[in-house]
Amino acid sequence: MSEHRHDVRLSVNGAAHDVRVPARRLLSDALRTECGLTGTHVGCEHGVCGSCTVLLDGQPVRSCLIFAVSAQGHQITTVEGLSRADGTLGAVQQAFQECHGLQCGFCTPGFLTTITAGLRDNPDPTRDEARDMIAGNLCRCTGYQNIVASVRRAAELLAGDAGGVGEGERA
Amino acid sequence: MTTKLFGEPILRVEDDRLLRGGGRYTDDLGADAVHVAMLRSPHAHARITGIEVDAVLDVEGVLAVYTYEDLTGPMAAPLPLLIPHPTLTRGRTQYALARDEVNYVGEAVAMVVAVDRYVAEDAAGRIVVGYEPLPAVVGIEAARRAEHLVHDDVPGNVAAHMVQEVGDADAAIAAATHRLTLDLEVERSASMPLEGRATLARWDTDSGRMVIWTATQTATGVRGAVAAKLELDLVDVDVITPDVGGGFGVKIMHPWPEELLVPMAARLLGRPVKFVEDRREHFISSAHERGQVQHIEVGFDDDGRILGLSVRFWHDHGAYTPYGLIVPIITSTQALGPYKPGAYKVVFDSLYTNTVIVTPYRGAGRPQGVYAMERTMDAIAAALGRDRTEVRSANFIQPDEFPYDHGLLFQDAKPLIYDSGDFPASLAKLKALVGWDEFEAYREQARAQGRRVGIGLACYVEGTGVGPYEGGHVQIETSGKVKVATGLTSQGQGHQTVFAQIVADELGVDLDDIEVVTGDTRRFPYAVGTFASRAAVMSGSAIALAARNVRAKALRIAAEALEASEDDLEIVDGVVRVKGAPEAAVALGTLAVLSNPLRYAFDEASKAATQFAVGDPDKAPVADDDEPGLEGRDYYSPLRSTFANGMHAAIVETDVQTAEITILRYCVVHDCGNLINPLIVQGQIHGGVAQGIGGALYERMAYDEHGQLQNASFMDFLMPYVTEMPSEIEVDHLETPSPLNPLGLKGAGEAGVIPSAALFASAIEDAEGFPITSMPISPSELFDLRRQHTSGHHPSKGATS
Repeated sequence: MSEHRHDVRLSVNGAAHDVRVPARRLLSDALRTECGLTGTHVGCEHGVCGSCTVLLDGQPVRSCLIFAVSAQGHQITTVEGLSRADGTLGAVQQAFQECHGLQCGFCTPGFLTTITAGLRDNPDPTRDEARDMIAGNLCRCTGYQNIVASVRRAAELLAGDAGGVGEGERA
Repeated sequence: MTTKLFGEPILRVEDDRLLRGGGRYTDDLGADAVHVAMLRSPHAHARITGIEVDAVLDVEGVLAVYTYEDLTGPMAAPLPLLIPHPTLTRGRTQYALARDEVNYVGEAVAMVVAVDRYVAEDAAGRIVVGYEPLPAVVGIEAARRAEHLVHDDVPGNVAAHMVQEVGDADAAIAAATHRLTLDLEVERSASMPLEGRATLARWDTDSGRMVIWTATQTATGVRGAVAAKLELDLVDVDVITPDVGGGFGVKIMHPWPEELLVPMAARLLGRPVKFVEDRREHFISSAHERGQVQHIEVGFDDDGRILGLSVRFWHDHGAYTPYGLIVPIITSTQALGPYKPGAYKVVFDSLYTNTVIVTPYRGAGRPQGVYAMERTMDAIAAALGRDRTEVRSANFIQPDEFPYDHGLLFQDAKPLIYDSGDFPASLAKLKALVGWDEFEAYREQARAQGRRVGIGLACYVEGTGVGPYEGGHVQIETSGKVKVATGLTSQGQGHQTVFAQIVADELGVDLDDIEVVTGDTRRFPYAVGTFASRAAVMSGSAIALAARNVRAKALRIAAEALEASEDDLEIVDGVVRVKGAPEAAVALGTLAVLSNPLRYAFDEASKAATQFAVGDPDKAPVADDDEPGLEGRDYYSPLRSTFANGMHAAIVETDVQTAEITILRYCVVHDCGNLINPLIVQGQIHGGVAQGIGGALYERMAYDEHGQLQNASFMDFLMPYVTEMPSEIEVDHLETPSPLNPLGLKGAGEAGVIPSAALFASAIEDAEGFPITSMPISPSELFDLRRQHTSGHHPSKGATS
């Protein structure tokens, strides 16, 4: 017996992806497989690690806890959409590089999306607020010190940024 | 301008692609692959009475299902026992798919291949396996009691019994003025990288070749295993390590069943096949580590100097022993730390239990060894009423005693000889950093506020850079770009950056012109792997040597082209020039053209080279002692390991009401020889400390008595978030270069995690005033200990003898 499939239009980083997926297909899998955007990583598939975090209408959500069919009609931003319009690294991405905020890079996309949304809500976080901002994401490599520093550095970069914001920052 | 990059905090060259979502992890590859789901044992110990797979074939989209019956040739034999040891008299390994018995929950029983993972899991759920449950052996106590056996033919559940002794420890203890005994426990944790295991295999029917992408710590190991098990010639197997989402030991190779089964299926089906482990699978089928029970007897003098030390421990290695005795041997030897006990005896049993296998997890037995020794040091200090740092100082190996030979054999079966270090200097730095001598005043101040605080420290020595070898290949292309390859793999350590730093300095080229490839057997087929903090030492040294060969050849050709003496040449920004006469110059890319007598004019570099004349017309175009091309290959193979060391101190607060444990300060003094890139070394320390904190205060594998892992998810296995980390990790370095390798390096990868269990036990004990003997420790366990202590059922610190 073949599984019923649904036609879904996913709006990802400003582009439309028409996909045909079973109702049970997770958004994380649809993004990675049907849309070919493999920057969103799946670390636990039970919503705890945060690696698969994407922005849904600007809000960070765990794409492993949403069905692809539920994402129709929403604007999705993935890590691939965080660079600036001119192709250079977005502020959060640049801050991670400058502060050595990543090692293996697997959890990183989830941090980048989370922080992008977090800094929009709080553009000038204190150190404690920066810690709070990333308190729902797991990283096994960095010990988080440099990620906290990256949040603060990204805030600085954004504050000094007159234009050229990335897709995610616009979302 | 070419400036020295070795030692500089260069930003990582890996980052750009990883930050854009452009990393290429195994699961990001093979868009056309079909998918594997494994059926795993729900029983910790059972006999398989039958497997019924017919219902699977009714599921649309299923391509194949495999059980043990389908395995042929070497695949039907037990998996290799990768690292045998004479003492491992009863080593056992599993089959790639269980044959007639399962020995842990999670052991692979069947493999389904289907069009996607969802369908494959549906199908796996339809397989009916008949099990006859057998009693499960869970935990070291049950294994020692041996009322039930994991393997019928292994009496007492003992795979190995090993003894090493230097001097007569028992006699020294008996003759000592003071004696103590300690009984300690450490529980299991696991590497737990955010990316689980993953393997993709592509069989090319036309060429008869296999290509495998796998999240491994050793590409050459996987290649060798696949070739042997699938009866392929080694030259017909390529293994490529793409980006890997963390390893920490668990992605070591012995090999994993799926690393063989996936290529097997790819060849049988003629289609690319991919296995990506999910998180629950990772918990129940990938390796754990750390579980040990220890009994220590020590004799010492009035200064706390250890005259005799006897360590007896029991090591839980799980259901099988594919990786031999590496972990308990490291515990045995690295327990000694920076100290020189008068006599030392260590005895261990490596025990079977019906739980997931144990292989090295970052630290690899060292955390347990350090725990044994450092708990002993604290107990001696408590018994004598002396400062804990004084007791350690009394036992330190002194700077003028290097190289220091312990008279034992290390994990690499080489003598345990420390190459360098300055332990008194490290301790002085640590005491200054944490404010050790001012702590009592702080304690009083906190007490006045109704708060309870404690300070602890722990010291370790870490054998790093174990052999047998690594190699490096450096090639300058006619474009002037430098291509570097080494066989070991990367899982986030920044190898592409640090190896490029080394080459940039050796060759005088720009960092941007260097590309480093790791873990690709097509580029470098001889390698060991990335573990034991060995990558920088081994491959870093090999690449430096290879680059020096290339430099020598470049200078030789340039000397000829420029009609100058080699001694008068220098390389600056990728150009060889005559010192003091920079107009006499030739680019490295041009020298690459000149190095190859076949000079088709493909490109501008080739044309540019025509102005130079090289080669002796009386000799063959490629002289007997020469090769075409501007490239070099070399190997680094040390006589023995190099030994890094460090000391950590922490200040904790234990909540007077709730027993919640808060880290107020965390200080590290670390000596890994010369630093190639301090930014990366610091990152390694931070990450290690975080894993150490997890292992000391949060993480454990909660098996019930039936061998079911009760916390096989990130909801229940408490890996630290940022909220569990101290606000700062304060790091100070001491750099005593290793005399064993050309760059003076020692390894840094594991250091941060090693002392944590010992450290927090020390600090919490100091806060509470009673012994902490079992780690990790949770607030509720601490709360219970307080009640036992108050009611006289748990002794005070220093009260035992």
